[in-house]
Amino acid sequence: MRETLLELDGLTKAYPGVVANSDVSFQIGKGEVHALLGENGAGKSTLVKTIYGLVKPDSGTMTLEGKPFAPAEPRSARASGIAMVFQHFSLFDALDVAENIALGMENPPAMGDLADRIREVSETYGLPLDPARIVGDLSAGERQRVEIIRCLLQDPKLLIMDEPTSVLTPQEVEILFETLRLLSSEGTAILYISHKLEEIRALCESATILRLGKVVGTCDPRETSAREMAEMMVGSTLHTPEREAKDPGEVVLSIKSLSAPAPHRFGTALKDISIDVRAGEVLGIGGVAGNGQDELVAALSGEMRTGAGMVSLDGQSIGHLMPNARRALGLCAAPEERNGHAAAPDMSLTENATLTGTVRMGLTKNGFVQWHKARSFAEDVIKAFDVRTPGPENAARSLSGGNLQKFVIGREIMQKPRVFVVNQPTWGVDASAAAAIRQALLDLAADGAAVVVISQDLDELMEISDRFAALNGGALSAPRPAQGLTVEEIGLMLGGAHDMEVAHVEA
Amino acid sequence: MLRLEKRPQPSQVWTYTTPLLAVAITMVVGGILFAALGKDPLVAIRTIFWDPMFGQFASYSLPQLLVKAGPLMLIAIGLSFGFRAGVWNIGAEGQYIIGAICGAAVGLAFYPMEARWLIFPLMIIAGFAGGMLWALIPGFLRVRFGTNEILVSLMLVYVAEQLLASMSLGLLRNPEGMGFPGSRNLSQITSSQNLELISGTGMHWGVVFAFIAVIFAYIALSRHMFGFNVRLAGQSPKAAAFSGVNPKRLVLICMGLSGALAGAAGLFEVAGPSGQVSIDFNVGYGFTAIIVAFLGRLHPVGILLAALLMALTYIGGEIAQLTLGLPGAAIQLFQGMLLFFLLAVDVLTNYRIVLAKSEAA
Repeated sequence: MRETLLELDGLTKAYPGVVANSDVSFQIGKGEVHALLGENGAGKSTLVKTIYGLVKPDSGTMTLEGKPFAPAEPRSARASGIAMVFQHFSLFDALDVAENIALGMENPPAMGDLADRIREVSETYGLPLDPARIVGDLSAGERQRVEIIRCLLQDPKLLIMDEPTSVLTPQEVEILFETLRLLSSEGTAILYISHKLEEIRALCESATILRLGKVVGTCDPRETSAREMAEMMVGSTLHTPEREAKDPGEVVLSIKSLSAPAPHRFGTALKDISIDVRAGEVLGIGGVAGNGQDELVAALSGEMRTGAGMVSLDGQSIGHLMPNARRALGLCAAPEERNGHAAAPDMSLTENATLTGTVRMGLTKNGFVQWHKARSFAEDVIKAFDVRTPGPENAARSLSGGNLQKFVIGREIMQKPRVFVVNQPTWGVDASAAAAIRQALLDLAADGAAVVVISQDLDELMEISDRFAALNGGALSAPRPAQGLTVEEIGLMLGGAHDMEVAHVEA
Repeated sequence: MLRLEKRPQPSQVWTYTTPLLAVAITMVVGGILFAALGKDPLVAIRTIFWDPMFGQFASYSLPQLLVKAGPLMLIAIGLSFGFRAGVWNIGAEGQYIIGAICGAAVGLAFYPMEARWLIFPLMIIAGFAGGMLWALIPGFLRVRFGTNEILVSLMLVYVAEQLLASMSLGLLRNPEGMGFPGSRNLSQITSSQNLELISGTGMHWGVVFAFIAVIFAYIALSRHMFGFNVRLAGQSPKAAAFSGVNPKRLVLICMGLSGALAGAAGLFEVAGPSGQVSIDFNVGYGFTAIIVAFLGRLHPVGILLAALLMALTYIGGEIAQLTLGLPGAAIQLFQGMLLFFLLAVDVLTNYRIVLAKSEAA
C-alpha cells in the first residue's frame, strides 16, 4: 500500500441547475497513476479544477500529505506541488518555447538558464524540444510537450493530465506513457483523465469512476475489462453499432488533385489529395489535429472554393460552388466546432435548422423564410435524433454538447444527402449519444449515401469505416480497407512518432 | 461582494427594459450635471423632455419632432443592418452630405424647369445613389484590401465636409446670391421642394420614407433570408460562412444600404427643412444616428422610438438653451450619456448580478 498523497473527502460543488460533484471521496497515493473515468458531464473537469484551485467546493475537504489543502487559486495549488496539463493548450503561438514556459512560472529564471533547464528536463524525460522554436510552428504533440515540461520544471508531487492523448498518434501515446511511468517511478503521482479505456488499462494502477457527479465505482484497470469499465461509466449495457455487409456502389464523390493554400497563418495547406468515395461506403479519415482536417471539410462543404474540377459530385464539377449550391446537388457537411461554426449558439434551434436546411427542405419562398416549416423541420430533427431540449425555440447554447451534436448531425442526415462529410462526429459527446450518432452514420450509408467521417478517435473510425485513409501535413495517404488494420499500421499512416524518442531510463 | 454571472439565455425582460433604465439613469446623472451648472435639475429635465410636447411652444416644437426624427430614423435603420452583421459604417454623416449634394445638384441642374414629377424623383434617386457610392468606397476597400471600414468611413466624413464647403462656395453657389456662399434655396423652388405634406405635423417625404424603411427593415429582419443572414453573420461569422453567406457581398450590401439611406436623408433635408447646400448644412445627424441605432437595440421599432426620443432631446435641448441658458455642450454631453449608460446597463441582458458569498475556504 502506498503512502497517501492527496485525500478528497466529501467534495460537493453545485452550479445553477446541475450538481457537478456530489460527495466525491477518494485517495491518490504517492507515485500512483490514478485514472479518473467518466462520460462528458460526469464532473471530471470540475473535480480536477477543484484540486487545481480554479473551483471552490461548496462543501468537503482535501488533505495533502496529512495537511488540510484548500487552494484559493491555481498559484497556491502550484506552490503546494500540484501541476496540470489542460486539454486545451494555453500557449501563445507567436512566442517561442522558452518564453511560453517563462510566462507560466512564478519566478522565471534568466532566459539562458531556463533554456538549459528545458533541454535538461526534456532529455531526461524523452521529450525533445528546442527552447528557441516558435510555438506556432509546433505540432500538437510538441505543444503538449511544452505544457508538460512547464509542469515538470516545478517538480510537482501530483501531475494532473486532462485527456492528454486526443492529439497524439499511437506511437506518440506510447512515448508519453513511458515518460509518465518514469515520473511515477520517481514518486510523482499522476491523475489521468480520459475516456479511452484501453489507454487507462495500459497505464493506470487504480481508477475512480464518476457518473453524474458521484463516485460510482473504483477498480484496478489492469484487471478489469474495457467493457466493464464502460458500463460502469454509462450505467447501462452498451450498444455496439450494427452494420451489414454490402457491395460498394458507383462513385459519388470524387476528389482529384485537390490542393489549396492555408486559409490563415496557422492553417494547413492541402496537398494533392485524390480519392473516390462510393455510394454506400463510409470512408474514415484519421489524423492528428491540425493536419488539414478543417481545411478538407471546408473545401468539401464549399466554405473554401477550389479549382472547379478538384471536387466533383456524380461527375459534375463542384469545386467552385458555394455551400448552398452544393447542398442543392446533395452534399451536406458538419464541421467540427458545434458552437459558432456548425451552429450559431445564440440562435434558436429553429433558426439553426434554417442555417443549412433552406435549400433541401424548401424552407424559403421568394427569399422569405417560412418559419412554420423551419420549426417543424427542427421538431422532426429533435424527435428523430432524441435531442433533449424543451423545444425548438430554445437557444442552441442552452443544449449540452452531446445534444447539440445530435441536432447538428441530425439536421444534415434528415436532408437525405447524397454525400455527407462530417468532422469529429462524436467529439465531447457521451458514450450513448456517440453510439447513436455512429449508428445514424451507418444507416445513412446503408441507404446509399457516401459518408466521409473525419475523426481523431481511431477506435471510432475502425468501428464504422469501410476504408481508412490518414491526413498528415495536408496530404492524404492511400486508402486501405479498414478491416484488419493494426494500430501500428495506422500509426505509421498518421506520420509515425513525429521524431519523438523514448524516455532515457536512467537509474 | 457583487459578481456577474452569465445567463444561459439572453434575458427577454432586460432586452426591453435596459433602454428605459438607461434613459432613467441619464436623467438622474444629467440632473446632477445641470445642478452643478447652477440650474434647477427638475426644471431642466422637464424643459428637455416635457415642454417640447406639452409646453407653451408645443405648436411650434411638436412638428419639429418628426422633422428631426425622420433623418435619424432613416439613417439608423440603414446602419442597423451593418451593425448587426459586424460592418461598422461610422461615416453616415459623410454619406448624408454627399447624398444631399448629389440630390441638390440634380435639382439645380434642371432649374428653372418645372416638371416636378420628373425632377423630384430624379433628385431622390441621386440622393440614394450618392450616399451609396460614398459608402461603397470603404466597403470596397475592406473587401479588396482588408482595410478597416471604421477608419475609412470616418475619414471620408471630413473629405465630404471639404467637398460640401467647395460646392457651396463654387460649383453649386447661387449665381444670384450676391456672392454669399450657399446654393439656391431648393425649398422655394416648386419642382424640387420637400415641404410638409400635412401642415402642422412636420411630415415631409423624408419622414414617409423613414416609416417605410422601418416597415421594410422589420419584415426583412424577421422574415427574409437577407435579414437572417445579416443576424447570422453578426453572431457567428464562421457559422454564416458554413451556411453559405458570402461575407464580402454582405459587407458591400450593408455598406451600400446604409449609405443609400443616409444619402436619401441628406437629400430630403437639403430640399426641405434646411433648404440649401451651405457650408454648415450638416448638423451631426449621421453621428447621432449611431446612438439611435444602439438605443433602439438595432431593432426597427426600437429605432423608431429611439429616434423620437433623440429628437425630443434635440428640441428640448434647444428650448433649454433659450429659456434656461444651458450651454449647448451640456446638451451634447447629455445625449452622449444616453449611449454610455445604455452600453453599461446592456450587460444585464446577458449577465445577472449575484451577491457572492464571502470568500471562505
